[in-house]
Amino acid sequence: MSEIMKNDDIVLQVEDLRVEYHTDESLVKAVNGIDLTVRRNQTLGLVGETGAGKTTTALSIMNLIPDQVGVIAGGSITLEGKKTLEMSDEEMNHIRGKDVAMIFQDPMTALNPVTTVGDQIAEALRIHEGLDKKAAAEKAGKMLEVVGIPAERANEYPHQFSGGMKQRVVIAIGLSCNPHLLIADEPTTALDVTIQAQVLEIMQELKEKFQMSMIMITHDLGIVAEICDEVSVMYAGRIVEHGTLEDVFEHTKHPYTEGLFNSLPDINDRSRKLTPIPGLMPDPANLPQGCAFAPRCRYATEECTKAVPEKRWISDTHYVACSAYDDPAFHIERKVD
Amino acid sequence: MADKILEVNHLKKYFDTPRGVLHAVDDVSFSIERGKTLGVVGESGCGKSTTGRAILRLIEPTSGEVLFEGKNILELNKKQMRHLRQEMQIIFQDPYSSLDPRKSIAELIAEPLEIHGIIKDKKEREKRVLELMETVGLAERLVNTYPHELDGGRRQRIGIARALALNPKFIVCDEPVSALDVSIQAQILNLLEELQEKLGLTYIFITHDLSVVNHFADDIAVMYLGQLVEKAESEALFEKPLHPYTEALLSAIPVPSLRNRRKRIVLKGEITSPVNLPECCHFAPRCPYATEECFASSPELREVEPNHFVACHKVK
Repeated sequence: MSEIMKNDDIVLQVEDLRVEYHTDESLVKAVNGIDLTVRRNQTLGLVGETGAGKTTTALSIMNLIPDQVGVIAGGSITLEGKKTLEMSDEEMNHIRGKDVAMIFQDPMTALNPVTTVGDQIAEALRIHEGLDKKAAAEKAGKMLEVVGIPAERANEYPHQFSGGMKQRVVIAIGLSCNPHLLIADEPTTALDVTIQAQVLEIMQELKEKFQMSMIMITHDLGIVAEICDEVSVMYAGRIVEHGTLEDVFEHTKHPYTEGLFNSLPDINDRSRKLTPIPGLMPDPANLPQGCAFAPRCRYATEECTKAVPEKRWISDTHYVACSAYDDPAFHIERKVD
Repeated sequence: MADKILEVNHLKKYFDTPRGVLHAVDDVSFSIERGKTLGVVGESGCGKSTTGRAILRLIEPTSGEVLFEGKNILELNKKQMRHLRQEMQIIFQDPYSSLDPRKSIAELIAEPLEIHGIIKDKKEREKRVLELMETVGLAERLVNTYPHELDGGRRQRIGIARALALNPKFIVCDEPVSALDVSIQAQILNLLEELQEKLGLTYIFITHDLSVVNHFADDIAVMYLGQLVEKAESEALFEKPLHPYTEALLSAIPVPSLRNRRKRIVLKGEITSPVNLPECCHFAPRCPYATEECFASSPELREVEPNHFVACHKVK
């Protein structure tokens, strides 16, 4: 980690987080020892495919892992100096929605269908800011305007809004108490591309305006390139590569990251053949020994199946978890030109 | 002269709703050459899926003509149509809901063969099923498994095998990779490409993902609120989009690269309701270039450059 960054610049620090889900038949290892650092006013992208553990990570930070089945098996989460995993439910209720807020993927189901959007925004304000009914309603109207919806529409119900507008309402709820950290879980995946562009623009503007930090969870490397400062690539519950945008996009190191880029059509070169990653993501209830990506990795050797690869720092900002780099001559094929 | 396998003329599909007439597909015309892929792109509700289904008469069009190898299929009776379906097939978007969960893979793939009574002998049919499984890259050991045991990519391979079972000439692919993760998406796209080469298939590829369509299609048709607003060869469309909607749509694609970034045009507003649309350019209310003319009359689709069609008053 860079020495220049002071400690109080760090909003969120996750260390060696491990999360498991226990079911009757199996033990699902969803998150297997990840570290994350989010700095003030920065956006961290958390990228990976279905089942990589992105949402579980986010829910752990919110302390919302479902009680009965989910278990935080280890690690620590420090939000602005406070260890959230050690907090009581009541203490956590004070922080959740206020210091850290989360936007969920599907705006169609995230809102309460029988409450007006204005009341839904006002709810958080009344709980956390202690505003009375009138003041909360007024601020809720203002928040709607912040996300580009006329305040008069506060008395309408979610079904009267389009998908893009519902997601703006969800954003307004998330931002209403001016959180220091906003976790956005695939906030635009359910939206059309021109509406996605509007929502991303609004999120970017508000991040500056409210001086927030953000974790952007997405499967779309294009969105990462648009709005993130740093990116962590997740695979099977681990971070396989982390760095600044330039590190990861232009000096890609992990074979899985390379595989993701090669699977994507190149919009500037339509003749380039797609190279899919062979095989499938391993079953998290039955992870292979050693590197979880090894069975699909074209560079894998026998070594890879023996031990889980440690982080290897390439520079102050960039690390990769791949044991092929034990050989100083190793490099992946991807070149950015 | 180009060998047109499919020609669509003035295709319309209107739905009566309590609030008025919904123009899902509004006077759409285009053609496809044999062995090529036409990409149809647009956002939710633009009518791209309805167009795909109306061409196959899975939804009965309100009016227009669909010429398949020169024959207007809208005039065929039920029996003739059923026969023709062997040549025109569809692959659906969601491999999670388009397969009967109570049928095994073998039964699912054999179903079209049984329905059309193509291979009557059971042994022969089993042989054909295994052949199809090999064609689409499904391991033989999976023959007796059920859809819920398989991941999305493999399920979509079943959907493709079902479409191929009758040796069609033409397949409508309706968002075939939208529900899949990128690494799996590339596997399916490559498979579709290989099959096209090997079997000489013609595709209509319906998608909202512009980077996929640019990679995959020879020509692209862009739809907005039931109308075709622009159609051109993929390269021409991406290099020189003429319609303001196409321009904005292309600029809104998040590009996974830190270089060659396009300048983003963020459109104001959202798609208006397709019910009781006025007789004008449907895009005008969101268009940064719109003038009075655009609200007064509906622009015709014109060929402004060879093979480049656009419906916009502002393009001269």
